[in-house]
Amino acid sequence: MIAVIDYGAGNLFSVCNALTYLNISHEVTKDPETIERADAVILPGVGAFPAAMQDLAATGLIDIIKANAKKKPLLGICLGMQMLFDDSDEMGGAAGLGLIAGTVRRIPSEKVIIPHMGWNELVITQESRLLANIEKPVYTYFVHSYQAFCDDKNIIAYADYDGKVPALVTDGGFVFGAQFHPEKSGEKGLQMLRNFEEMAR
Amino acid sequence: MLAKRIVPCLDVRHGKVVKGVNFEGVKDVGDPVACAAEYNRQGADEIVFYDIVASHEGRGTFLDVVRETAKQVFVPLTVGGGISTVEDMRSTLRAGADKISINSAAVKNPQLISDGAEIFGSQCIVVGIDAKRDGKGGYTVYANGGRIDMHVDLLKWVEEIEQRGAGEICLNSIDTDGVRGGFDLEMLKAVCARVRIPVIASGGAGKLSDFATVFQETDATAALAASLFHFGELTIPQVKADCRSKGIPMR
Repeated sequence: MIAVIDYGAGNLFSVCNALTYLNISHEVTKDPETIERADAVILPGVGAFPAAMQDLAATGLIDIIKANAKKKPLLGICLGMQMLFDDSDEMGGAAGLGLIAGTVRRIPSEKVIIPHMGWNELVITQESRLLANIEKPVYTYFVHSYQAFCDDKNIIAYADYDGKVPALVTDGGFVFGAQFHPEKSGEKGLQMLRNFEEMAR
Repeated sequence: MLAKRIVPCLDVRHGKVVKGVNFEGVKDVGDPVACAAEYNRQGADEIVFYDIVASHEGRGTFLDVVRETAKQVFVPLTVGGGISTVEDMRSTLRAGADKISINSAAVKNPQLISDGAEIFGSQCIVVGIDAKRDGKGGYTVYANGGRIDMHVDLLKWVEEIEQRGAGEICLNSIDTDGVRGGFDLEMLKAVCARVRIPVIASGGAGKLSDFATVFQETDATAALAASLFHFGELTIPQVKADCRSKGIPMR
């Protein structure tokens, strides 16, 4: 069972629709015991970083999420991915979960349209079980204005948007993050969710 | 690099798919959820649902269609028609829409764009425009499905839309819609030159090469069509293959 953290994130229901469609057992939860019992955890997220961290803190789950990230797969999606990093300077700034070393800043290019919205191709720089059984080219659906800045060793794939936008990241252990929306990225995005469930077994 | 998007549009009336030609003479053609699922399977980059009746009584049925579709379709879903308040936006997004498209309501009350962008984020606010040549070398904006001339200059309107925080513009040319002679390249070029936000081309696709042409000739980031795909005259894979063979980035 995958625990989908319920702290009011906007994409919670599309993530659950995708999991239901894939027959992946999941529970939307803010209950610490359910998270402990789960085989894996998904942290959804849409909106602004400080407000989302505040909402997550209000659930009292931050320590439990961090502790579980050491023993079972955790997938952060979109803003949920950004929250895995140390901090962000969006709207006055806030600290993140600190599960992956790095920071979140506005997409720096002045040449491209912000938000980065649409289907972009993943440039895969590291093998990952998350990308198993997915044929190239892998286009996924992005909607965001801020991006992660982190070490290359934490990047599984990036998207080129007048610069390197980390798209799939990991701490090298159980923690993964997708800047794009796998639940809105067609069949290939669904396959990533299947792969994530496989990792949880 | 972002891929250009191919977007099928499903006009929905009383829970069924329809397509008007030049907005008049409507034929009934099927189950919207099944159609959307088929487009998803074919590789549509986004799907648009448009409630063409948009009556208060029919709203529930329409949102049920959106809700059902969101359970089966895993590409972005844009929903328009009859959205005239922030509350309409909220209920549509809650039903599972990723973006909401506002048209007449935005012309009549531009503040709706600003409010929507502020509350839900620019990325989910699409402003649809029905525009037509004014006979004096310019373009004018129409409301109510192309029936009412709002006497608003198109190029001034798109600037205001961008400045109010809309995430995208979906530009439908009344002059080319339903005629199938190709997208309105001239109108698209004029609009793309005025704004930085993405512009979706709508109205006029009639043959395979029309899609590649609109991407080669204008800065449109997506192309929308309805009946052409709906009656199976062209499939999305055919359109994408043609674009790809001409060097246009496609998913």
